[in-house]
Amino acid sequence: MESGGDRGSADLAVVTRGLTKRFAKVVAVDHLDLRVRRGELYGFLGPNGAGKSTTLRMLCGILEPSDGEGHVLGIDLRKNPERVKSAIGYMSQRFSLYDDLTVDENLTFYARVYMVPRGERAARIGRMVRLADLVGRERQLAGQLSGGYRQRLALACALVHTPALIFLDEPTAGVDPVSRRTFWALIRRLADEGTTILVTTHYMDEAELCDTLGFIYQGRLIATGSPARIKSEMFARPVVEIAADDPRAAAEALADWDAVEEVVRVGGRLRLIVAPGGPGAAGVREHLAARGLGVSLAAEVEPSVEDLFVSFVDRERKGRVREQLRALAESG
Amino acid sequence: MWSRLYGIIAKEFLQLWRDKLALTLALFVPVAMLFIFGWAINTDVKHVPTAVFDQSGSVEARTLLEAFVNSQYFDVRHWVGSHRELTELIDRGSAKVGVVIPPDFARQLARKSASIQVIVDASDPMVATSATNAAAALGADRSLALVTQTTQGLVLRGEAPPLDFRVRAWYNPDLVSAIFIVPGLVGALLLQTTITAMAVSVVREREKGTLEALIVSPIRRWELLLGKIIPNLMTAYGQMTMALLVAHFVFDVPIRGSLVLLYALSLVFMWGSLGIGILVSTASRTVPQAMQLAFLTFLPSIYLSGLLFPIEGMPKGAQYIAHVIPLTYFLRIVRGIVLKGIGIEYLWRELLPLLAFGAVVFTLSVLRFRKQLD
Repeated sequence: MESGGDRGSADLAVVTRGLTKRFAKVVAVDHLDLRVRRGELYGFLGPNGAGKSTTLRMLCGILEPSDGEGHVLGIDLRKNPERVKSAIGYMSQRFSLYDDLTVDENLTFYARVYMVPRGERAARIGRMVRLADLVGRERQLAGQLSGGYRQRLALACALVHTPALIFLDEPTAGVDPVSRRTFWALIRRLADEGTTILVTTHYMDEAELCDTLGFIYQGRLIATGSPARIKSEMFARPVVEIAADDPRAAAEALADWDAVEEVVRVGGRLRLIVAPGGPGAAGVREHLAARGLGVSLAAEVEPSVEDLFVSFVDRERKGRVREQLRALAESG
Repeated sequence: MWSRLYGIIAKEFLQLWRDKLALTLALFVPVAMLFIFGWAINTDVKHVPTAVFDQSGSVEARTLLEAFVNSQYFDVRHWVGSHRELTELIDRGSAKVGVVIPPDFARQLARKSASIQVIVDASDPMVATSATNAAAALGADRSLALVTQTTQGLVLRGEAPPLDFRVRAWYNPDLVSAIFIVPGLVGALLLQTTITAMAVSVVREREKGTLEALIVSPIRRWELLLGKIIPNLMTAYGQMTMALLVAHFVFDVPIRGSLVLLYALSLVFMWGSLGIGILVSTASRTVPQAMQLAFLTFLPSIYLSGLLFPIEGMPKGAQYIAHVIPLTYFLRIVRGIVLKGIGIEYLWRELLPLLAFGAVVFTLSVLRFRKQLD
């Protein structure tokens, strides 16, 4: 083992410093410093094109970083990408199952691919079948399973070599709500038993089950912390949803109001991110009523992943402008 | 390492076993192809209805016509008294072939420059082809026989064959027969399987998203490729064996040369076509795309390789293309081994282009495949 090249703290499953990936002129991942503790359920959040999948691909050892360094389970990404591949598990949103093979055959295939010793294979597969609650379905074709079962089978395939770290790329996309909950209970349990899990998601209720959240935007980590800290300290803004009689006029009136940071139209309604310490639902209603605009409904709601994003991105942008102004002032 | 390779190979066979349609096609297509090509060509050509306008009424003419009938290719059904009648019969379709023997046929034969006219209805190309060929072959045969006769009786004057067959056909390619076509089909089969099945097996994984999982897994690129190639080769060899069995036992195709040599040289041929298959897979996103693209690469091989039509009869441009098509060389190898029983001492000339093609195309395809996975 090249322990000399393998650095990284013992309690960190993933650690990157200045990890960067450039494609031609585009910087997909921009000096990313990511730290995922061992045994932690880490939610990796970001809109499409933010650099999420590029980061995941680098962490899986299939994409070479342009710059910076990274260690996964203590293995250097640059020096030993092949060892990274054997050490981790990976499940994509497409589930990567062979529909024309049975549950058992899918597991056997991945067990062979991940070099599970022959003698242990049967026991391991049996354990996975129980874990994924697929007992009695071993001989069923994967293609005949419903969404939730397929999802758990895909997870079982990713876990068949008992990796210490698994990457789950939007594992609940396109799965019904009940199966989503079952699935999250399952990965929560895995994390509690010591498996490190890095998962990407778009759902706030899922994000809240994570130990730590990391928000990535334009290839940079723009916010990180526990869900509680993110929501109460970093975000700390009321979100108000209203149904206005004249949504367009209401949106215009609210956009001019300093107490409201962001107005987003969601379906027929308006969703407002109110500045910290700003008015609640009643205050918004009064403000609009004073301008002769009727509101049939106004209520404070839980912030969504998108709300958090909009707010973080906004701050990030303002921060950059401030940085540029300061640089200008210094050079002038 | 062997666990990974074995895993892929076992999985590929399981998938083939599950896909009963593909499995049936893999076994049935070779046989069907042989029957379609071999059988159609065998039966359609014999017993062509023939009309004769014998203006000479001589013994020599009668002997010639007997030879026509004995060949089984022609059935003399009509005796006519004029050109007009003959034309009418052919126009009506009652006769496919018309034979016109000149009034002074016996005298012409004696002067060793006899000529008869054979008119072939070309609207049915299969019939036309075989009738034309049969007539030409008979002409050559008879002229030899007549030469022998004349040398016994008279002093031989000059070297020209005494009988000049004037075959008038509106369609005239070269000799085609089941014996000639059937071994060639073996080459076409191998090509079909190695290109289409190889491309589809890769593209299917990409479409389903399983390729993504394989890329993230510890499987090496070469293990993935080899794991796909080995089952493909085994299928192709199975089909080839099937085709050879049918060719030999149903179509009486003799197998004169070494089967070991044939199977070994087939591997060199498939090396290149597997390369095409991999290239096709890198260029397609969906299975239907891969199939169409595979078919496109398959077409020039079928039409320009000399499988159905001889290369010598093609326009110059097509001939150039024919000589960069691997099937062209492989057909010579198959026919050489199966029909002529020749060995590597003659076939190395055909082997060299196959080796060169395989080296270039396979290397290119693997490079492209690897690049695409990164």
